[in-house]
Amino acid sequence: MTQQVLFYFFATVLVAAALAVITVRNSVHAALSLVLTFFTAAGIWILAEAEFLGLALIVVYVGAVMVLFLFVVMMLDIKPESMREGFIRFLPVGVIVALVMLAEMLSLIGVKALQAQALPENPALAAGSNTAWLGKALYTEFLLPFEIAALILTVALIAAVALTLRKRSGVRTQKPGEQVLVQRNERLRVVKMASEGGKGESA
Amino acid sequence: MESVIALFNSFVHDWPNLSLFIGLILLPLLPLIISVAMYVWWERKVIGWMHVRMGPNQVGPLGLAQAFADVFKLLFKEITIPEKASTFLFYLAPLIALVPAMAAWAVVPIGEKLAWSNANAGLLYLLAMTSLGVYGIVLAGWASNSKYAFLGAMRAAAQVVSYEIAMGMAIVSVLILAGSLNLSDVVQAQAGSKGFLEWFWLPLLPMFVIYFISGVAETNRAPFDVTEGESEIVAGFHVEYSGSAFAIFFLAEYANMILVSFLSSILFLGGWLSPLQGLGLGVLSAPGWWWLFAKAFVMAFLFLWFRATFPRYRYDQIMRLGWKVFIPITIAWIFVAGCLAYFGGVTIGPGGNP
Repeated sequence: MTQQVLFYFFATVLVAAALAVITVRNSVHAALSLVLTFFTAAGIWILAEAEFLGLALIVVYVGAVMVLFLFVVMMLDIKPESMREGFIRFLPVGVIVALVMLAEMLSLIGVKALQAQALPENPALAAGSNTAWLGKALYTEFLLPFEIAALILTVALIAAVALTLRKRSGVRTQKPGEQVLVQRNERLRVVKMASEGGKGESA
Repeated sequence: MESVIALFNSFVHDWPNLSLFIGLILLPLLPLIISVAMYVWWERKVIGWMHVRMGPNQVGPLGLAQAFADVFKLLFKEITIPEKASTFLFYLAPLIALVPAMAAWAVVPIGEKLAWSNANAGLLYLLAMTSLGVYGIVLAGWASNSKYAFLGAMRAAAQVVSYEIAMGMAIVSVLILAGSLNLSDVVQAQAGSKGFLEWFWLPLLPMFVIYFISGVAETNRAPFDVTEGESEIVAGFHVEYSGSAFAIFFLAEYANMILVSFLSSILFLGGWLSPLQGLGLGVLSAPGWWWLFAKAFVMAFLFLWFRATFPRYRYDQIMRLGWKVFIPITIAWIFVAGCLAYFGGVTIGPGGNP
């Protein structure tokens, strides 16, 4: 019973936060609503005993992706007025895209729903810990797709670095290796000298 | 509609049960807050001694009540809000910083059968909670409507995201050797007959060092405290905070430091296991929570020692250390840990008998 109450609580918050993402004027508030959406979605997943997925959602999306997202959104100086300017002009395109997506989702989910059958016994629960089950499944049955996904991500990473990496001539950058290798006598000279004993000075 | 009412009724019916759970959940928080107060006092004392000063010595015996005096001072101070600050987020930010710092304690085991939640995915939960704390700092910086606070928040976001990767990798190497995400199992996997040589600090020595340094960076402590950096950006993200709102940030930071001390003791220093385990020395070889607390105390002392010893890192040096030094080392050592696990260099899994 408590679980049901919790589910409806999480679901309400999730839907409200998801709506806030697209309705709130301030872009930082929108990003924060998205954080709340992810967080409650993770809560629902954990409620459904998919604890690994739920926690991974928090670690990856809330803990890393959204922090960087917020980082960028905060630095942008977006004026809400300029955002509303092209609303009428872009409306037809937006409506068409939305309709196409709706049709696609309806056909996908609708077709699936027509052939719906009772789900087989959850293999994750049978194995005891669903973390262990997920690990075994990923690294045995789905090893090739997993590796391909990793490869695609690495390519995207390298591409992002390559796009932003600019070699400019005449820039003096630090070379930490050389800095560490510096010897004392290259920078510092200790001079022994006798006291000059100026007039106004006391010893 | 009726089902909703039935649902609500059953919820109310469950309430005594639930409130008992909530009381149990709140139970560890009071000792935590008191130990934060004592830790602040100990920090000021230790740094005082290292600077050849006295430290606090006026309020109470040995100045022990100094931290409480400070808390009451902060509680009675006015909270000022900068003009055009985002009021809601301004008040929310300290709470967001505090809640994960306390929630993380739910899975920390302090003894063999002593943990509030013996969750199977405990380590992952810890990673999730510690990665949430940065939101408090980022929001505080943004909501304050102040240049200095904003700069501090930007620095915090970049730094925490960078060091989280190294920290996560270090934890992954522990997972490989322990064979479990459960923190109690991680400690049990370090049991054996050769005393402290059985613990994970030995096969994972570089990871131990990296984990602790990343923990220092993650809690924004010296020498990684560029988010506060008083010589450059006044007080960083909390420059506009006063009174109890500032006190909450303070509490969250110190609770996080104590958490990192406990975690490095649990992951790498055998948790509640005795350093003389398996040598048959009676009480000295017996496991117990006191060992965990002693180890955590030493690790917590390291935080203070660092602060009194090292000058603050420059921002680009922090980024270089995180991305170009720590992450490559962790990736290489995960491979080493995999080889150790595969070729049987260490015992894998809980209760491994040598």
